[in-house]
Parts: sequence; structure tokens; C-alpha cells
Amino acid sequence: MILLRRVAELFHYLGSIGFLIKDTFGWLFTKKRDFKSIIREIVFIGIDSLPLVSLIAFFIGVIIAFQTAYQLKAFSSEIQLAPLVALSLVRELGPVIGALIVAARIGASITAGIGSMKISEQIDALETFGVSPIDYLVVPKFVTLLVCMPVLIIYADFLGILGGYVVGASKFSISFGLYFRMTFDALGGRDILSGLAKSVTFGSIIAFVSCYEGFQPFSSIDVSRSVTNSVVRSFILIIVFDCILTAIFYFAGV
Amino acid sequence: MIKVRNLCRSFGEKQVLKGINLTVNKGETFLLIGRSGAGKSVLLKNIIGLLRPDSGTITIDGVEITQLANDKLEKIRLQFGLVFQSSALFDFLTVEENVGFFLTRHTDLSKKEIRNRVTETLALVGLKGIEDSYPYELSGGMRKRVAIARAVIYNPKILIYDEPTTGIDPIAVDKIVSLIEDLHKRLAITSLVVTHDLEVGLKLAERLAFLLGGKIIFEGDKKDLENTADERLIQFLKGSSGGPIKEMEV
Repeated sequence: MILLRRVAELFHYLGSIGFLIKDTFGWLFTKKRDFKSIIREIVFIGIDSLPLVSLIAFFIGVIIAFQTAYQLKAFSSEIQLAPLVALSLVRELGPVIGALIVAARIGASITAGIGSMKISEQIDALETFGVSPIDYLVVPKFVTLLVCMPVLIIYADFLGILGGYVVGASKFSISFGLYFRMTFDALGGRDILSGLAKSVTFGSIIAFVSCYEGFQPFSSIDVSRSVTNSVVRSFILIIVFDCILTAIFYFAGV
Repeated sequence: MIKVRNLCRSFGEKQVLKGINLTVNKGETFLLIGRSGAGKSVLLKNIIGLLRPDSGTITIDGVEITQLANDKLEKIRLQFGLVFQSSALFDFLTVEENVGFFLTRHTDLSKKEIRNRVTETLALVGLKGIEDSYPYELSGGMRKRVAIARAVIYNPKILIYDEPTTGIDPIAVDKIVSLIEDLHKRLAITSLVVTHDLEVGLKLAERLAFLLGGKIIFEGDKKDLENTADERLIQFLKGSSGGPIKEMEV
């Protein structure tokens, strides 16, 4: 019985997110966008995330390089470090880790922001002024995440590769030129494409889940619960969709 | 004119409004009183179309709004100016952007024209020189005044105040009451004041209604109120904890 209820709740949740997606696309092309609000969001979502993304991406690159070197040592193939680090980052870890960082930092903040607007009647005020909260709040965040996520992920990939180079240079004396030549030789267009497709998908997940959760609270206690739900559910959906996309790319030969 | 007939609204199992009947005449200041949690804000949100009722009708200047499509309802909603209980100023916008929000979204006025209108309207509510401040930099009373300025700047036909004096100090309360009286005289618009503060409400209103347990149990003018024999209303007016109104009823 409990299982059935949980399944029903899951479908209700996904259905509600589906309606939010439909409404967002309904508003997306209906009017001229206020670029000032988009730029404000880009600064908040994109530029303000750079320090955290830089730090984590760089160290992830270092960690992957050490783990890869440890495996390669058995075959005396440490020179293959560069392509393996690059492929792991660009195809998989860059988009996933980047998305998890953005979901935790930006998604939580979007949910808290909309949630506090909801409980302080600012959402009602918007509607009273004939302004759709979807149009005014959700569309700019969705557009911004759609634009910022691929850029952030490419940046994270680059920083991760740089982290890998630091290990390659210090431990195996691989030169800068050789490391980056091996990196770019190994990366094909489809690797970059699959990373970008994932980043766009994850950006959309974060936008819709965090905005949807933001509209749920009825009291200040609900806001903290919604923020937790936003982060946890974004994490789950990012990993599930990562799995689905990876399988699709594998079978499609991308 | 606002006419509410047999209005019912539930949230899950809980029925908050149980057949409300209410008439607010054009040009008058009408007071809706009731205990906290009696459903006053829910009734308001139904009247301005932010919530849809389960049954019953709401007529605004002859137009029945409960069955209207969203786009038509939005147009009706623009006839209302609403001063929210929590002021509901957009905290990421300056005072100027808040007060000029409606004009920015719904008119072709230039930035300069909007700024002039904002300055004029802020002066109307007794404020000046705060256009570039953010709501968090203002006191509770000032936020309330800015919220009133935001609600009147586009000359709505009906002005609704939801608990206009809640959460502000007594001096600020007096200023807000004087401001509402002054605005009503100057702008001559229909006003609906919702409050549980009887003293404030009676200063402002010409007629009033008492909401209890999801129903209007009294509607009339101040004279009717003085002559009422309804023990529940008498208990509320006296502010007595003993009487027919039990905690269960609210």
C-alpha cells in the first residue's frame, strides 16, 4: 500500500514538473524578454559560480589523474594519462560534478528565493499586477541555466584537464605541449557533444526542479524543506538522466 | 460594486468559507472583521481571483468572475489595488521599481515619466527621497506606505487592504489610518479593509461585516452594530474570552 502511494506520488510529482515545463515553454516565445533580468541571472548563476566550480573541477582533475596513473602504472602506460583524464572529464565527470555543484549552490538558492517570495505574498502580488510568476521568475532562470550550464561545464572540463596536467607534469614530467596535444587528439566532436547534451539536460532539470520546489512552501518551515527537496531531487534526477543519456550515447555510438 | 453570493472554498478536508454573502457598494469603505484564521484573506483572494471558489458567485461591477477564463480574469484583477498584510514588496527591486512596477509592465511610459509618477505617488503617501532604497532598508510603517503607493499608482477602481496595521508600531498605525482616510477622500474609490483590529476598522469603515466560522454572521452599518443582539458579535466587540465563540469555531 505504501509502495503504491509512493509510486502515485512520484507520478504526481513528475506530472507537476511536466506542467511547469509546458507553461514555461508556453511563455518562452510569447513576448520580448527583459534582457536586464536575464543578465542579472547570468551574473548570479554563471559568474558567481565560477570560483567554486574552478576549485572543485581543478581538484577533481588532480584526483582522476592520480587514480588513472595508479591503474596505468601496472601497464607502464602513464603517458596515456592525458587522454583518459580528458575523456572521463568531458564525457562524464565534468557535466555531472558541475551539475551537482550548480544544483547545490544555485538550485537551492532559486528554491529559497522563490519560496520566500511565496510565503511573503510576493507571488500573489505579481499575479495581482497581471504578471505570471512563470513568465517573470521561471523563464529567465531556465534560459540562463540553459546558456550558462554548457559554458560552466566547458570551463570545468578545462580546469579539470589543467589539474590532470599538474599531476602529469610533476609526477611523470610530461610537457605542457605534449599533454595538451594528447588531450585534444583524444577528444572527438562526439565526446564534446555528449558532454554538452548532458549539461543542457542537467541545467533544465535544475531549473525546473528548483523553481517547482520554490512554489510549494506555505510557511517558513516549508521553505527549508523545499530547499532540501530541491537539492535531493535534482541530484537524483541528474544521476538518473546521466545514466539514461550515457546508455543512449553508448548504443547510438556517440 | 462587489457582490458575493453563497461562496464556498475548502482546502483539502477543511472548509474555510461556508456560503459567504456580502455586498460592497461603489465608493464606500467597507470593513471585514473576524478573528485571525477566520478565512478573511481567503475570501479576499477569491474576490480578486487569486483563488477560485468551489461554488458560489462573485460579481465585480456586474461581471461574474468565478467562471472567467484566466486572461479575462487578469483584466478584471487589474481593477484592484491590493495592499498585502506583509506589504509584499519585491525585495530584489528598489522602491522606485516596486512602486512603478505596474506602469513598467502595462504602459508605454518612459523611465522619466514613471519616475515622476512614482515620486508624486510617494509624496501622496507622505514619503520622499527613498526611491533608490531597497525594502529591507525601510521600517515596517514605511514599507506599508510604499505598498499603498504601489497599489494606488495606477488608479484602481477598488482598493483592498489586508490587515493594513498588522506588525507596525502604534504611531505608524495612526499614520496609516489617517493615510487610508485621506486617500479615500482624495481618490473617491471603493475600499475594502480586512482586519481583526476593530478600533482601526471602525475608524475607517462606513459599513462592515463580521466573518465567523466561514460565514458572515453580521452585515450592516455602525448603527446596526451598536444595536446588534448577536452575542457572538458582542463577545468579539468586547474582546472577551468567555462567551458563545469557542476556540473550536475559528
